[in-house]
Amino acid sequence: MTEATSARALKPWEDPNAKPFLQIRNVTKKFGAFTAVNDVSLDIYQGELFCLLGGSGCGKSTLLRMLAGFEMPTSGQILIDGEDMSGVPPHKRDTNMMFQSYALFPHMSVEKNIAYGLKRDGVPRAEIATRVTEMLSLVQLDGLAARKPHQLSGGQRQRVALARSLIKRPKLLMLDEPLGALDKKLREETQRELIKIQETLGVTFVVVTHDQEEAMTLSSRLGVMTAGQIVQIGTPHDVYEYPNTRFVADFIGSVNIFEGKIAEDADDHVVIHSGDTDSDILVSHGISGVKGQSVAVALRPEKIAIERALPESLANRLAATVDDVSYMGNLSVFHVTLPTGKQVKVSQTNRRRSDDDAIRAGEAVQIGWDGAASVVVTA
Amino acid sequence: MGRRGKRRGDGMTPRALLEWVGAKGRAFVVAAPLAWLTLFFLLPFVVLAKISLSESAIARPPYLPIWEWAEGVLNVSLNFGNYLFLAEDPLYLMAYLGSLKIAAAATVITLLIGYPMAYVIARAPQHRRNILLMLVVLPFWTSFLLRVYAWIGILKGNGVINNVLMSMGVIDEPLVLLQTDFAVYLGIVYSYLPFMILPLYATLVKLDEALLEASADLGARPFVTFLNVTLPLSVPGIIAGSLLVFIPAVGEFVIPALLGGPDTLMIGSVLWNEFFSNRDWPVASAVAIVMLVVLVMPIAILQRTQSGKEEAN
Amino acid sequence: MRRSFSLRMTAFLGFVFLYAPILSLIIFSFNASKLVTVWGGFSTKWYAALLQDQQILDAAWVSLKVALMSATIATVIGTLASYALARFGRFPARMMLSGAVTAPLVMPEVIIGLSLLLLFVALESLVGWPAGRGVDTIVIAHATFGAAYATVVLGSRMGSLDRSIEEAAQDLGARPIRVFFDVTLPALAPALISAWLLVFTISLDDLVVASFVTGPGASTLPMVIFSKVRLGVSPEVNALATLIIVSISAVILVAAWQMQKSEAQSH
Repeated sequence: MTEATSARALKPWEDPNAKPFLQIRNVTKKFGAFTAVNDVSLDIYQGELFCLLGGSGCGKSTLLRMLAGFEMPTSGQILIDGEDMSGVPPHKRDTNMMFQSYALFPHMSVEKNIAYGLKRDGVPRAEIATRVTEMLSLVQLDGLAARKPHQLSGGQRQRVALARSLIKRPKLLMLDEPLGALDKKLREETQRELIKIQETLGVTFVVVTHDQEEAMTLSSRLGVMTAGQIVQIGTPHDVYEYPNTRFVADFIGSVNIFEGKIAEDADDHVVIHSGDTDSDILVSHGISGVKGQSVAVALRPEKIAIERALPESLANRLAATVDDVSYMGNLSVFHVTLPTGKQVKVSQTNRRRSDDDAIRAGEAVQIGWDGAASVVVTA
Repeated sequence: MGRRGKRRGDGMTPRALLEWVGAKGRAFVVAAPLAWLTLFFLLPFVVLAKISLSESAIARPPYLPIWEWAEGVLNVSLNFGNYLFLAEDPLYLMAYLGSLKIAAAATVITLLIGYPMAYVIARAPQHRRNILLMLVVLPFWTSFLLRVYAWIGILKGNGVINNVLMSMGVIDEPLVLLQTDFAVYLGIVYSYLPFMILPLYATLVKLDEALLEASADLGARPFVTFLNVTLPLSVPGIIAGSLLVFIPAVGEFVIPALLGGPDTLMIGSVLWNEFFSNRDWPVASAVAIVMLVVLVMPIAILQRTQSGKEEAN
Repeated sequence: MRRSFSLRMTAFLGFVFLYAPILSLIIFSFNASKLVTVWGGFSTKWYAALLQDQQILDAAWVSLKVALMSATIATVIGTLASYALARFGRFPARMMLSGAVTAPLVMPEVIIGLSLLLLFVALESLVGWPAGRGVDTIVIAHATFGAAYATVVLGSRMGSLDRSIEEAAQDLGARPIRVFFDVTLPALAPALISAWLLVFTISLDDLVVASFVTGPGASTLPMVIFSKVRLGVSPEVNALATLIIVSISAVILVAAWQMQKSEAQSH
């Protein structure tokens, strides 16, 4: 499958006639009195790489385990390729899973680990051998077939786990924190490889992760989970630029939130009156809300300009004092305080190696942003 | 889709049937050990209780049945005489008290010896720790009976200790060491020391060294740190170890039989003699039931500390 | 540092206390004198005498048979019980099962022995089985309390087992029973060996329970030793003790060494 025909490019979720490959319908899972997954509905399409993103204990792993068959929903239904999975145990599902701990069989060689699934299906020996060889070269482990798991590095183990879970050519592959155990450098490399493998094989991936950067990089779409519910589903771009709640805005990336009320509600713009700012905030797109409704304006630090003096044409301009400047290498983060006492984070790319004229802590500055830069969230 | 389709086609087994087989497999895994243990561990106690209420007789087996079915009449005769007998003869009370006293004192001594050993092992470097632990466990694996026997050769009149002391001129006449309560204490402490060290070690090794460093950093001397941090945190190990020594020591038979003297009164030996010498099975059963009643509390406490540990894991 | 030294000294003396009696037992087994504890020169004659002692040889054979069978039965029961306790979550009779596998660990032997004997006698008069007592009844008794030890050893291993390797096998298409044999059992192998060895040595060593449940035909080695040493120390028993202790220690040390090696590999 090439880039042009992958789910990433085709966006089947925008096509009302497309048939979802995996349907999760009102699934709830309770452990005693605790509700781990609360009435989740979700459609995932053929060839997607879907990420379930959330903090620990948000129910993402439980949801994944229900897809694999290790847990049964308390109520609701899971359909894979149109087939109801209720009561189907894991070993009878055409899905596979890559475990967070990798779960390699410690007493079997790499080759035996990878071949295990095919053996259980009674695939002829010769075919197993060819497919294992193919798989080893796909994950670039040629020559390591005879090793035992304890003789491998973390990155190699991860590849064995991936190969083992892919060899049965599952219709759906679930990955539980697939890169969680790798260090940062290796993780970035592996992310790209994972996408390549996924697109080569055209397998639908559902990935669970708590790492928002990872979810942004990997996924065709992602679902943000908290307290057992999916709060937003969308492409990484949608979720980052158009968060639908304060929680999502805050969970993904860094954000400034201005609490306020709708003061003026027009089709093409709204004005928000906020106690956090001296002047009202202009938002240059309409929203679904009524005058007087409490809302929040979410504004990303990198969308705010900071200068000693900003042009008057800018829709929103506020005076501020710089508290401190954190130098992060690629960018600098300014912590500024507005006259109301509200603290705001502003980030700026460091284009020059050194800047004698750079804004320093203690200076009086202006911050400002365009009317299209912010998002109004009602929840 | 081919795989699933094929499996369904050739197996012709409805899912319900498969699940039924699966459930049966699970049931077997539970039922087999449960049946064995019910029959050979739990049921015997019922029989024991029953026999303790029957009358002794010169017969095979040497007791009378407690119920009889004769001419449409069920005759049940529960004989509480065995228990009254235990209450009336001071021998039994003395034996119970003697067992409890010896077991309790021996437990305290074992704790005093075992604690420093467990502490040193837990604080030893990793590679040495395993070796030391092995040294503790090894005697436990080898024969208990023979290790008790070894003490006879050491303690007796012309045994190792007396020979050494006399040749050094410390004493002129051999000390009477064997067949004394002292020898029984020694035997219990010696035999059960590993049971004390292992649970103590298990709690001490889990103790975070940073806690000790924090205490020292805050100005506590090592001994104060021990009293305020280490000791309270090792209480579960102390309880488990002490009960593991105390409970079997109460019912101990081999040690008093080999090392104890005629004055050493322990209930395990009394039970043994009732059974083997007097052939009074009902009285032996009553002795056992009373011993169980005495031990039921410590056993319950031990079970609770163990299951609490399981849940914590 | 001083404190640490005195602590170490205490521990050292503790180990001396543990091993001195065993050492003296071994040394005096090579004593030529019949007085056992009075040294009369080096000799191996008591080992030779041991091989002539038909009573001891017979008893050793009985004990070996009993230990082999009861260790095997106990390991099977212990595997099932610990698997059920570790893997099935809550199920009916869970409390009963966990109680029944832990209680024998602390139950005084005289009570276990007496109550089992009474059961056997009652069963015999009720259903005619077991007909008489002997090796069979000792095996049952040893397997029963041995199962408790086996369950403890296996349970702790089962608890530390990464469950996801079992799930991975199932995910790749293995039925539960297949998962057990392909993944669980190999991972349990070291614990199975320890459990089996433990029950084997406990069975080999048991005097009290066996004395209660045996019949006229079957005397185990500890029973013969006990009747001999009640009459006083005997150089033959020292020789026998040396053989038993040395051989058991050797097996245990080799097993422990092997296990540590395989443990190091799996990490």
